[in-house]
Amino acid sequence: MSSSLVTPPLVKAKSLSCPNCGAPVELRGFAHTLSAVCPNCLSVLDTSSPELQVLDTFQGKERVQPKIPLGTRGTFNGTVYEVIGFQERSVQSGGDFYSWDEYLLFNPYKGFRYLTEYCGHWNVVRALSRVPETARARGRQAWRLDGRTFAAFDAMTAATSYVIGEFPWQVCRGETVRCEDYISPPYMLSAESTGDEVTWSMGEYWPGSKIWQAFRLAGSPPYAQGVFSNQPSPFAGKIGSAWRTWLWLNVALFVLFLLFTFMKANREVFRQDYVYLSGKSSEAAFVTPPFQLNGGDKNVEVGVHASVDNDWIYLNFALINDETGQTFDFAREVSYYHDSDGTEGSRNNSVVIPSVPGGRYYLRIEPEMSPSSPSTRYEVFVRRDVPIYSYFWIAAMLLLIPPIVVLIRSVKFEGLRWRESDYAPASSGGDD
Amino acid sequence: MSAPAGNCPNCGAPIAFRWSSAIQTTCEFCHSILVRTDVDLKKVGEVADLPADASPIQIGTEGVYQNKGFVVIGRIMYEYEQGGWNEWHVVYNDNSNGWLSDAQLEYDLSWLAKPPQPIPLTPTVQPGARFNWNDKNYEATSVTKARYKGVQGELPFEYWDKADVLFADLRTTTGDFATIDYSENPPLLFLGRAVDFDDLHFKNLRLFEGWTS
Repeated sequence: MSSSLVTPPLVKAKSLSCPNCGAPVELRGFAHTLSAVCPNCLSVLDTSSPELQVLDTFQGKERVQPKIPLGTRGTFNGTVYEVIGFQERSVQSGGDFYSWDEYLLFNPYKGFRYLTEYCGHWNVVRALSRVPETARARGRQAWRLDGRTFAAFDAMTAATSYVIGEFPWQVCRGETVRCEDYISPPYMLSAESTGDEVTWSMGEYWPGSKIWQAFRLAGSPPYAQGVFSNQPSPFAGKIGSAWRTWLWLNVALFVLFLLFTFMKANREVFRQDYVYLSGKSSEAAFVTPPFQLNGGDKNVEVGVHASVDNDWIYLNFALINDETGQTFDFAREVSYYHDSDGTEGSRNNSVVIPSVPGGRYYLRIEPEMSPSSPSTRYEVFVRRDVPIYSYFWIAAMLLLIPPIVVLIRSVKFEGLRWRESDYAPASSGGDD
Repeated sequence: MSAPAGNCPNCGAPIAFRWSSAIQTTCEFCHSILVRTDVDLKKVGEVADLPADASPIQIGTEGVYQNKGFVVIGRIMYEYEQGGWNEWHVVYNDNSNGWLSDAQLEYDLSWLAKPPQPIPLTPTVQPGARFNWNDKNYEATSVTKARYKGVQGELPFEYWDKADVLFADLRTTTGDFATIDYSENPPLLFLGRAVDFDDLHFKNLRLFEGWTS
């Protein structure tokens, strides 16, 4: 083919000598590099001028050692990039001073990427060839891109305070850029403006361990302090899944509940009407005819329905085994009041006695009412082996704990994130 | 694929055109800029040595975009205060042509377009200005005064010895790209797409010491 005539020329890397101190300056960015910093004397050289004009010197500035050395290569999403430049960018606002590190990554085919690091939090950043649309979020101007809404997080004027390596632009010490950050974790949309031109870039949060892996660096990455603006919340996806788990456990609980209800005999073994005669302060105790409680140790429900009307009746019970004399003592009050405001109490009450051995039993009943009460009908019943619903309610309540804990922790994480924002909620802002 | 078109009127070297509609080309041997006339090739100028550039693309680089193969046959080189870029002239396998721009390894494909409405004049095209063309919202991202640095290979028009050229680049939220070339009257509009290097399945790229493509 036509290309066989010409073997592709190999583009060679260049090495220069610093016109200021004579030290060798290695160029890794080929002809893309417009300025390079001499590693020895920190002079900024204009590599596009044949005489390597010295643009600036960083005299008196303390040297900053990049955590990832210049020339290190790493693999990001399958593409190898080489660290060719490093700058420290700092912000001075009021009494606040802070800085972050920015690494320039280069691949001669795929182009440039940036790697930023602040307190152990990393972002892999790429310039955008799209523009976002305006939107609103958290009551402020926000941006929409790729189906995500990016909320305003902070805005600052950053100055280049230290620089080493090479760059495809003219490096100027002290050059300031207006930066605005908008977040949709794990992404951060940044607008950098000089004059009226805005450059958009998209950063993606990377934990330090992944950066160390990508560059095969020895040792461990710097500890990540606090929560970073676009750090993905470890709880973000978990709230939904916690509630889904909760839903499924409730379904399981309901099935269990049905099964449990179905397996209970729930048989009425005794029911009898009685009348409490008016005028007596207390009636003598009486016993019921015996009834049979089948099976082994199972529960027994003893219930009362009394036709009280703005009145009460108190019943002392003893469930007595006819054969062994084993006795279960308990009491129940039935009180029911009503007026124009509503009602209070109920005409029904019951008690469940757990683990009553099988056998022939009878009840000893001792009713009590106020002397002024009218004659009152009341009914007593006994059921063997009844289902107890309250256990299920308790279980359902306990199941709520995990999703609520996740929710609380998530809210706390978001609170830590937004506390660092320029637009922190008033209640937590202004303390740093 | 390439049809011989004659010899260089300056040095006599054979000149072949890869694209039948090319108007201008450069002689690989003597760097003469040659323009096709009805009968022969006319030397109109000479290219100065192009400044060293590090585009991985070269004349003869092939690629595929949306299942359509293309080959790079020419370029225009520009420079501005923040660097330089190449407008690579490409011909597709259906004989249509277009442009592949490489600005610091950010790539855009574009095609000369008939303006859907009169092209806005410079004062209205400032960064941030918005235009609706073909139901797409374009936002001007940069207005650049560029210096013409030279040409190479086949071009679809006579283009040489230019002075400063004003360009406006516009983009949409979904990666559409437009550029206005104010060096012509009326200005030219090119519409296209931002593309990723991997999207174009390049072959016959330049090689860089210490790197594999």
